[in-house]
Amino acid sequence: MIKEFVGATSGKFLGRPYRVLRAVVVLISLALLPAAHAALTIEIVGTGASQFPIAIVPFRAEAGLAQALTPVVAADLARSGLFSMVDAGGLNPLPYEPQDVNYAIWRARGADAVVIGSVAPLPDGRYDVRFRLMDVAKQAQLAGFAYTANATQLRLTAHRIADVIYEMLTSGKGVFSTRIAYIVKKGKRYELQVADADGYGAQTVRWSDEPIISPSWSPDGTRLAYVSFEQKKAVVYVQSLMTGQYQAVANYWGSNSAPTWSPDGRTLAVVLSKEGGSQIYFISTDGKGQPRRMTNSSAIDTEPNFSPDGELLLFTSDRGGSPQIYGMPTAGGDPRRLTFEGSYNVTPRVSPDGKSFTFIQRNGGRFNVAVQDMTTRQVQVLTDGVIDESPSFAPNGRMILYATEVRGRGVLSAVSSDGRVKQRLTEDAGDVREPAWGPFPK
Amino acid sequence: MNRILTATVVLFLLALAGCAATPTAEQSGAAVEDRGKPVGPPVVPAKPKPDTGAKPLFEKPLGAAALKDPGNILSRRSVYFDFDSNLVKDEFRPLVTAHARYLQQNPGTKMRIEGHADERGSREYNIALGQRRSEAVKQMMQLLGARPDQIESVSFGEEKPKGTGHDEASWAENRRGDIVYQGE
Repeated sequence: MIKEFVGATSGKFLGRPYRVLRAVVVLISLALLPAAHAALTIEIVGTGASQFPIAIVPFRAEAGLAQALTPVVAADLARSGLFSMVDAGGLNPLPYEPQDVNYAIWRARGADAVVIGSVAPLPDGRYDVRFRLMDVAKQAQLAGFAYTANATQLRLTAHRIADVIYEMLTSGKGVFSTRIAYIVKKGKRYELQVADADGYGAQTVRWSDEPIISPSWSPDGTRLAYVSFEQKKAVVYVQSLMTGQYQAVANYWGSNSAPTWSPDGRTLAVVLSKEGGSQIYFISTDGKGQPRRMTNSSAIDTEPNFSPDGELLLFTSDRGGSPQIYGMPTAGGDPRRLTFEGSYNVTPRVSPDGKSFTFIQRNGGRFNVAVQDMTTRQVQVLTDGVIDESPSFAPNGRMILYATEVRGRGVLSAVSSDGRVKQRLTEDAGDVREPAWGPFPK
Repeated sequence: MNRILTATVVLFLLALAGCAATPTAEQSGAAVEDRGKPVGPPVVPAKPKPDTGAKPLFEKPLGAAALKDPGNILSRRSVYFDFDSNLVKDEFRPLVTAHARYLQQNPGTKMRIEGHADERGSREYNIALGQRRSEAVKQMMQLLGARPDQIESVSFGEEKPKGTGHDEASWAENRRGDIVYQGE
C-alpha cells in the first residue's frame, strides 16, 4: 500500500542538441486494493504502412535485474505497428557506448537506428539507467538520456525510453507510459481496474457485486469518475487514485450516469433523470452546488464529451427520431446535428487535437468504431467486429482503444486512427469492457 | 404534427379503453432499440380521470402480504415492452393498475421501477432507454392515482439481463420494467 507520489526516475539529458523531455517522472501509485494478478495480454493484428527498422541492443548489466529494460522497450515499439525489430544478437562484444557502434554491421542488417545503453547500481540501492538512440545513416546520436530509478520503476523507465524513441522517430508523442482504465466482470463481480498501457500492473481500484460502467479519467490522471449501481441504481462517483477515497457526486432522484470531465478538470458533465427523461447537466467535481441543466429536450440526451478546448460538447440524442451525434457550444446555443450517415450513431469522443471525433456506428447488424472529420464530415469506419463499443482516443490521438467481443467474451482492442494497425488485449479471467485511455502523465 | 398528436392521443385512449391492438414487434436481428419519440402515455396532454375502473366501495386496503402472495396480481412485477417501444401494453394494464391502487391505498409506501433494455447498442444509451420505459410505467401509475414521490424511476440499461442469450427470446425478456417496493 503505497500512499505518496513516488518521485521516480529523474532523467538527465545526455548530449546537447535535443530538448530535454520531462526531467522527473511521476509514478502515481494506486493506494488501493491488492494488485490483480491477471494481466492483459496484447496481440498485434496489423502493421503500419511503413515500418521503421530499429535494433535494440540489450543494455549492459540489465540481465541481472528483476526487470530487464530492452525487452519492454522493444515490445512497446513493436506494438505500435510502426517499427520492425532488427536482430541485435550475435555480436561480441555488444556495443554499450557510441564509440562501440560499428555502423557497417547495422547497415548490413538493415537497421536505420540502433538503441544502446547501460544499467548501473547506485550506492543508495537505486539504478542509473542510460540509453542512446543512434542514427545509422548519419552515424550520429539522435537522443540520449540518463534516469535514476528504483527496482519497481524499471518498467516505467523502459516505457519512458520507448516514448523518447517514438517521439524522435515518428514525430508524435509516445503513449507507452500512459495508463488505461476498464471494467472486468468475473462471475458476478465487477472490478474497475487500472493498468499500464501495455496491460501490465493491473490494479483493482474498486469492485462491487453490482455493475460498474463508464469510467472517465480526470485530465490530470489522478482521479476517475464512473457509474456504480451499488445503491441499486445508477450513481456517479469520483475516486482519487492516490488515496483510494471515493465519493458520490451525483446521486439524485432517478438515474445518474455518463460522467465526463471538462478539460480544465473543474466540471463534470453527467446525465440525470431527476426532472424526467435523460438530460445533460454540469456539476462540480465534488458534487457540491446545484446541477446546471445543459440540454432541454423531451428526447434522450446522453454520452456527453468535451472538445479539448472545452468550447464544444458532443452528445448522443434521439431528438431527430434515431440516435445521432450532436454538438453544442458549452457557453450556450442550439445543438447542431453532426452525423447523417446511418440510423444509429452513438458514443462520441473528440480527438485530442479536436479535429475529429470517434464514435460507434451501426452498419447492418454490426456496431463499429468510426471517425468523422469535424470540418469535412467525412466518415471512416475503422473496425469490423460484431459488437464494438466504448471507443477512447490515446492521448496522442494515434490509437483508439475500444471494447469488442471474441467468442462471446469481452476483450479490449485498439486500432490506429488510420485503421491500419490493430491490437488485441485479452484478460485471462473474465469479461473486459468499458475501456478508457488515460491522459499523458503530468 | 397535428396528425401525430391526434394519433398519439387516440392510441393512448385506446390503450386506456383496453382495446388497443398489441403492436407487433419489429424483430430484425440487426435492428436495435433506437426510436426517438415516445408513443406511450407520457406525451398525452389530456389527463383522464384517475383510476377509470369502478372501485367497489367495500374494498379493503391490501396489506403488504398481498405483494408476496402468488395468487395476487401484486406479486407480478414485470412489464414487458415491444422492440423499440415504451408503450405499456394492454396485457400489463391490470398489473400496473393494481400496483397504482396499492400505492394509493398505502400512501406511506414507496417503490422503484427499474427499467431495462436489451444488450444491443451503447451501454449509456441503453440506460436512457430503460429510464424511458421506467418513466412510462410511472406516468401510467400516476394517472391511476399514485403520487409521483412514491415512485422512483431508475434504469439498469443492459447491465442486468434476465435472459442471457443473444437472441430475440432473451432480448424480449430484457425489454422490461421491474417493480421493486422499498425494503424488498
